[in-house]
Amino acid sequence: MKKIGSFFLGFLGVFKKRKNVKLGIYGPPNAGKSTLANKITKDWLGEEMSKASPIPHETREIVVKEKITIKSKGKELTFNLVDTPGIATKIDYEDFLKYKLNAKEARERAKEATKGVIEAIKWLDNMDCVLVVLDSTQNPYSQVNITIIGNLAARNIPVLIVANKTDLRKADIKRVEAAFPQYPTIGISAEKGHNLEVFYDNLFKLMK
Amino acid sequence: MLTLQYIPYHEFAPLTLDDKLKRVLKSVKLDKIIIIEGRLDAVEESELIKRTMQQIDKKFKGIEIASIDYDFRSLDLLDKVKKNIAHFLLNRKPGLTIVGPATVVKEIRKDPTKIELMTLDKKNR
Repeated sequence: MKKIGSFFLGFLGVFKKRKNVKLGIYGPPNAGKSTLANKITKDWLGEEMSKASPIPHETREIVVKEKITIKSKGKELTFNLVDTPGIATKIDYEDFLKYKLNAKEARERAKEATKGVIEAIKWLDNMDCVLVVLDSTQNPYSQVNITIIGNLAARNIPVLIVANKTDLRKADIKRVEAAFPQYPTIGISAEKGHNLEVFYDNLFKLMK
Repeated sequence: MLTLQYIPYHEFAPLTLDDKLKRVLKSVKLDKIIIIEGRLDAVEESELIKRTMQQIDKKFKGIEIASIDYDFRSLDLLDKVKKNIAHFLLNRKPGLTIVGPATVVKEIRKDPTKIELMTLDKKNR
């Protein structure tokens, strides 16, 4: 009897989970996670959800936008979008001084950024699907990228790799693809809106 | 002066996760670059990042880390099988992990089979 009960509870759990599918956006700082999150919410809700800036660690808390419905070719997909702080292995407040922050602001930002990294890692367990946003002008073999993707693989979470900033001259999508051949990779420019239609098609495939 | 510390597999692998992280961070906070025989798994790495973030302060700015797998691609099939069986029997994760303090190690450049470690000049630390 207990087994039947737990089966139905499990079934209800899955049903509940599918109703509130969480799509996480992960990646290192300054890869364009918030820019992509804003692009998605702007396209489908008409409003932005996060603050994007060239200063690293602009997003220092988890930001969730609920019930985003996207449509393509007669299909519909509803999910909660989770924009996460960039994951890093080092944070030096002095790096923020280059962006004309004063020492107090820089220290405060660094302190908040460390908490943000911890929160982002903790939230990995809550995700149903994840977009790993990488700057396609940077070396994809950084340990942070490998750690993020390794953690998602260990949790069997479906992943789409988004090679962002393809509008820049140094962008190299092939290198990103070669680094993580086990996952689909899509090249976009979240800022310029390049290749977003293909991105949304891939999102449907990821979350089917 | 740079200090490199090598931790052999038989010393590191039996430790609990907590002890592994303490061992790594203790050495790194003494400005040592440590080379661990074997790989940390992804969950251990994320725990190391979390623990590092908790300890960042005015002096300790974080870590640089890189892991590398042994490249078995150049081996023929029989040698690959032999290597894999040996690692399985010894319960080893083949590879190498390098961890250094961010105030000493500027960058660890990595491609799939090679690691280059760039250190900061003392005057820039």
